[in-house]
Amino acid sequence: MPEKPLRVLIAKPGLDGHDRGAKVIARALRDAGMEVIYTGLRQTPEMIAEAALQEDVDAIGLSILSGAHMALVPRVLELLRAQGQGHVPVLVGGIIPDEDVPALKAAGVAGVFGPGTSTEAIIKAFREASRAAAEGA
Amino acid sequence: MSLAERVLNGERLALARLLTLIENETPEGLEALAAIYSHTGRAHRVGVTGAPGTGKSTLVNQLALHLRRAGDEAPTVAIVAVDPSSPFSGGAILGDRIRMRDLAGDRGVFIRSMASRGALGGVARATAAIVEALDAAGFDIIIIETVGAGQAEVDIARTAHTTVVVDAPGLGDDVQAIKAGILEIADVLVVNKSDLPGAENTLRALRSALRLAHPQAREEEGEAVWVPPVLATVATRGEGIGELAAAIGKHRSHLLGSGQMAAREEARVRSELEALLREHLMRRFLSAQPDGRFDAVVQKVLARELAPTEAIRRLLEEQDEG
Repeated sequence: MPEKPLRVLIAKPGLDGHDRGAKVIARALRDAGMEVIYTGLRQTPEMIAEAALQEDVDAIGLSILSGAHMALVPRVLELLRAQGQGHVPVLVGGIIPDEDVPALKAAGVAGVFGPGTSTEAIIKAFREASRAAAEGA
Repeated sequence: MSLAERVLNGERLALARLLTLIENETPEGLEALAAIYSHTGRAHRVGVTGAPGTGKSTLVNQLALHLRRAGDEAPTVAIVAVDPSSPFSGGAILGDRIRMRDLAGDRGVFIRSMASRGALGGVARATAAIVEALDAAGFDIIIIETVGAGQAEVDIARTAHTTVVVDAPGLGDDVQAIKAGILEIADVLVVNKSDLPGAENTLRALRSALRLAHPQAREEEGEAVWVPPVLATVATRGEGIGELAAAIGKHRSHLLGSGQMAAREEARVRSELEALLREHLMRRFLSAQPDGRFDAVVQKVLARELAPTEAIRRLLEEQDEG
């Protein structure tokens, strides 16, 4: 029996004006055989956590270009923990300064990807993070 | 507490988990579904189908918003939105939530996206079971939005009590409207985007197609005949949504009052059991075949040495003898 497809949520929190990057990632993950729930622009952390719960996703990708990641990402993680989904890996992509990466990882982010990361690397990261979470659960 | 008990208790995370287990057809999921099955049968199930780009998601968003605005009496609403899986990678982009953001934060609403996973009828194989679970979890109205469907994707009519078919101006001439299939499953017809040019033509074409499909459309003595209403909406502005909700309510009353609800339910359960039986019998048959026997027959048919019907007849005879 073939393995069931991974379900991942791709979300854009905050006030970014465009979502081209997020859509490229969504397509790449789809082409890698995943079921990608895409929620569109301007999502609040509450909306993202709610979608993650209702959709019972294996992993979450947040795309942030606005610079508000240090506020938005920890809030998403906190909401996930509060609703019993602290084990769901969260990966962050977009414009993230190098100096913020350690803090995000310390907060519980499973991976941070800047512009120019290959889609292969991102697919691999989603697969590995989901697998690790499933084994840990 | 078991997963089934937690679902009946109203735990949303447990429900979400159960839906995944059912979708993946795991033994745990099927067992939990069996445990809660006696709690199903309360919800009204509304199917929303129609061609891609007619605005189904936006319409579903507005319909759910409207239903939830009914104050203390407002029904709780679950939405199952199905999008197509890629036939090449098996992956899918499930984007219906983009148009349903107005519903975020309302705990009386639960939205679940599903990939069709190769099924061709507009819904996934597990959609009916997912709907059962949402019904048992206590949602009053379950809206099932199909894959953007064209003419033959009529499976939704077996799962839903009320099927809403959505059309939009400019999608085809009036011959499209009289093709068999999707029009005949409609309990309510909606022309969305009715502010666009050509809306009048689309409304007229659908109304005359309906007259052809329901020539005896009148109140016959002792038997109420349901004639699908044709409604105009502009979902992006919320226009016509109240009328749509009212038409769905009226159709439900009609089904209950005329005894057709019981008949529909029986037909649904029968076809569901038949589908399951078919699947199980086939699995049992194939697993009882000697190794390679079925493949050998496939090759013979492929080489045109054996016709398909003849091949099956032989396989069945062999098993009866064995």
